[in-house]
Amino acid sequence: MRYLPLTDIDRGAMLEKIGAPSIDALFDDVPAEHYLDGPIEGLPAHAGEMAVEKHMRRLSKQNLAAADAAFFCGAGAYRHHVPATVDHIIQRGEFLTAYTPYQPEIAQGTLQMLFEFQTQVARLYGGAIANASMYDGSTACWEAIVMAARLTKRHRILMSGGVHPHYVSVAQTMARFTPGHVEYDLPVPNANPGDDDIIARIDDETSCVVVQYPDILGRIPDLQKIADAAHEKGALLIVVNTEPVALGALEAPGNLGADIVVGEGQSIGVGLQFGGPYLGLFAITNPKHVRQMPGRLCGETVDADGKRGFVLTLSTREQHIRREKATSNICTNSGLCALAFSVHMTLLGEKGLRALAAENHRLACRAADRLAQVPGVKVMNDTFFNEFTLMLDTETRPLVRDLATKGVLAGVSLGRLFPDGDGRENGLLVTVTETNTDDDIEALATALEQAIGAEKAA
Amino acid sequence: MNTMNQSGWKPGTPVAATGDADYPTVTGNKALMLEERLIFELGTPDTCGVDLPEPDTDAPNRLGKFARKQPMDLPGLSEPETVRHYTRLSRQNYAIDLGLFPLGSCTMKHNPRLNEKVARMPGFADVHPLQPVDTIKGALGVIDELSHWLIELTGMSAVAMSPKAGAHGELCGILCIRAALEARGDARKVVLVPESAHGTNPATAAFAGYEVENIPAGKDGRVDLAALKARLGPDVAGVMITNPNTCGLFERDMKAISDAVHDAGGLVYCDGANFNAIMGRVRPGDLGVDAMHINLHKTFSTPHGGGGPGSGPVVLSEALAPFAPLPFVTKDAGTGEIHLVEEENVGDEFPGSFGRMTAFHGQMGMFTRALTYILSHGADGLRQASGDAVLNANYLLRSLDDVLDAPFGDAGHCMHEALFSDHGFAEGTSTLDLAKGLIDEGFHPMTMYFPLVVHGAMLVEPTETESKAVLDQFATAMRSLAERAKAGDETLQTAPHHAPRARLDEAQAARKPVLAWQRPEGE
Repeated sequence: MRYLPLTDIDRGAMLEKIGAPSIDALFDDVPAEHYLDGPIEGLPAHAGEMAVEKHMRRLSKQNLAAADAAFFCGAGAYRHHVPATVDHIIQRGEFLTAYTPYQPEIAQGTLQMLFEFQTQVARLYGGAIANASMYDGSTACWEAIVMAARLTKRHRILMSGGVHPHYVSVAQTMARFTPGHVEYDLPVPNANPGDDDIIARIDDETSCVVVQYPDILGRIPDLQKIADAAHEKGALLIVVNTEPVALGALEAPGNLGADIVVGEGQSIGVGLQFGGPYLGLFAITNPKHVRQMPGRLCGETVDADGKRGFVLTLSTREQHIRREKATSNICTNSGLCALAFSVHMTLLGEKGLRALAAENHRLACRAADRLAQVPGVKVMNDTFFNEFTLMLDTETRPLVRDLATKGVLAGVSLGRLFPDGDGRENGLLVTVTETNTDDDIEALATALEQAIGAEKAA
Repeated sequence: MNTMNQSGWKPGTPVAATGDADYPTVTGNKALMLEERLIFELGTPDTCGVDLPEPDTDAPNRLGKFARKQPMDLPGLSEPETVRHYTRLSRQNYAIDLGLFPLGSCTMKHNPRLNEKVARMPGFADVHPLQPVDTIKGALGVIDELSHWLIELTGMSAVAMSPKAGAHGELCGILCIRAALEARGDARKVVLVPESAHGTNPATAAFAGYEVENIPAGKDGRVDLAALKARLGPDVAGVMITNPNTCGLFERDMKAISDAVHDAGGLVYCDGANFNAIMGRVRPGDLGVDAMHINLHKTFSTPHGGGGPGSGPVVLSEALAPFAPLPFVTKDAGTGEIHLVEEENVGDEFPGSFGRMTAFHGQMGMFTRALTYILSHGADGLRQASGDAVLNANYLLRSLDDVLDAPFGDAGHCMHEALFSDHGFAEGTSTLDLAKGLIDEGFHPMTMYFPLVVHGAMLVEPTETESKAVLDQFATAMRSLAERAKAGDETLQTAPHHAPRARLDEAQAARKPVLAWQRPEGE
């Protein structure tokens, strides 16, 4: 077996030193009736690189890769071009095969990177402090809700209909096991996100208002207005962002009154990967709240020689110190994805991020204008960044399936996101990024025209 | 105001000024050991390492009144500068690729590069989680195939694949237990956790709304069965047991523990962090376990990546399988067809699911890597791996137990990790000092001060991917360090002396937190 260095001669010598007759004898604490004498039956034996690669390649070919289609899916996972440099850096063994940097003297590479990452996220979000990342956007969102409950000592959680339904679902699941209760109404696919509706529901019991920016239907809510209303009642505003590239074009939530800004960082540096691993971003605007923050934090300090260095800090919030009194049970961040994000963000810089956002928005506007010309298609949004909602006269789930067979991944049907129907089943969320060409947009428009035409004819 | 930028090393400051070198250089560099500034000190907001079209600022937009007005102050670097920056940073890290990483309970084994190659196949890397199901048959196939292996290896009924990491998996398992108890109208309040448990166990139980009570360990380092039985009752929802436990010992009474808990109406959670020791040799399902998470980043070699991403699928007994979180895949026994179960189709067939723990499907990029690893080993190779892991740990235990105190060394063989204490160290010399001394010898330190039940604990887990030659060199270094610790060698108390940094001032970092870079005043 190519990953096992010991030879039988080694094993014999080592057993002799231990004073055991065999490896099996080392397991003599395992009751005999439960010890397996040989390999589990019915499972295959070891295989060489070529055979394994062939098997996995065969499985991979059963998926339709985004690059092989005209691709318009988004809804919380976005396809962007990732520079070749990013994958090279994250495959360096010193990053890839390192552990959590608990020994800072020999982990300054990871630690300095995390310090830079935290600063990049804080600036992107308009926050004061960001943590070293979390599992993903949906779990970061729940952690923000829990943090708000600790700060306000209230348990009413108002989630806007514009929040990603998976994020809502995570919060609803978790809230069942806590004193918190989630209030949430499904979104109405209007031109605007209905900020006044959520504002009207904020009361003195409200712990936090959770708003997505841009929202799940691509619309841009007025954060400052919602923040002012929330703060008037003593509630906190949590802003969720699933598309960080948007913040190259839109004002940062932290500059618009958000107290906690969380989101999914996958768009920058991390590929689609069928949904994971991704990375949760988490920032706060009031530095006084830092000790209520979940997750790892990297801080600056000095070493015994007075040189600048970095360490994981404020760990008295965390489970390995506080055990059952910790702010969260979280024991990891998404380190390698944070590295990918940070490298990509460093390559972009402010200039590049603004240009990338502008290119996304330019193509999305072009696509929206083109698709609006398709008979039977209505573009719903007044505002959007790089994704918007189409409303058709027909259910979009079968349409999306059908177009996939023609090499067009047309977007995410609202029927998939919101199975309850109520008109949403005719909605289609279309996402356009810098990876899309004019030909892709034309392919989508043509495919929709043909499908809708065929539907009408039938 | 970022005061530490002033007190720390800065470019152009001779190292002599910081007092740590006999041969000062003006750059602060020492040949291949290169100091590296922060991107905020290197880059500018106008530098860019990606070629993009120049934005047309006059173009009509659909951003409403929300266009960004305030600057981000995010620096950029060109591509060559970026590559150099991160390459320099990488060289300040220790890694498995560089040497032994004997962190107990962390299973730092070799990360095969075939895993990385497979995960990057376009059919896995470039697939959207919400594509129509007909276009992701291969992804569901990977989940199904990996699930099958995990179920067979553990002797359980089902597996929840979506948890994002070990602690997330623990939460999944505890929530399954809570959902199962609630389904039978049995609101129990307490979860029992041995005092030797990982900190995540009590934190998880508390996060899930339970009161946590500790149960003591017996003199032999194992759960005190009598004490546990005495505490069981109608208020106890379950226990969280780590097996093999954090003292590196197999819980011989595991089946009796499970039976007692079940008899009292509770359920059994097993922390699977140490599954690498028993993979292919004992099946937790045969020991009465109801739920156990598996750290794919430990046992199944997916990279730790400097602190994540992890992946923590949870295997479930028949009693808990109906409560598994969404989404999951099912396989039609007749046709072999694989189905994806999500919110929309969960209703009739799986009414008990406790809900969703994360967006999308879990850590697919880790599933492909773990399956690649498992197929490479096969059932025979996995069994050999656990055997070699336990052999390596026992070899280190017996190579060191004459110079270091092994609190359970007389009790028999250890599992995949060897535990030592600081007994016999000179006053003023600690486990931490010995660990920092290991850094100078070119090794990553072992897990320290854990488990809490042993004074000055040192938990050494070599894993199966280390050669005898490496173990012998490590033992030589440890023997030397143990002698120095017992002799009170003062140079050990200031180690490391050869690392990129000397000991860091962690107290200052916590007292005056500097968690983001700020431009020094006047610049």
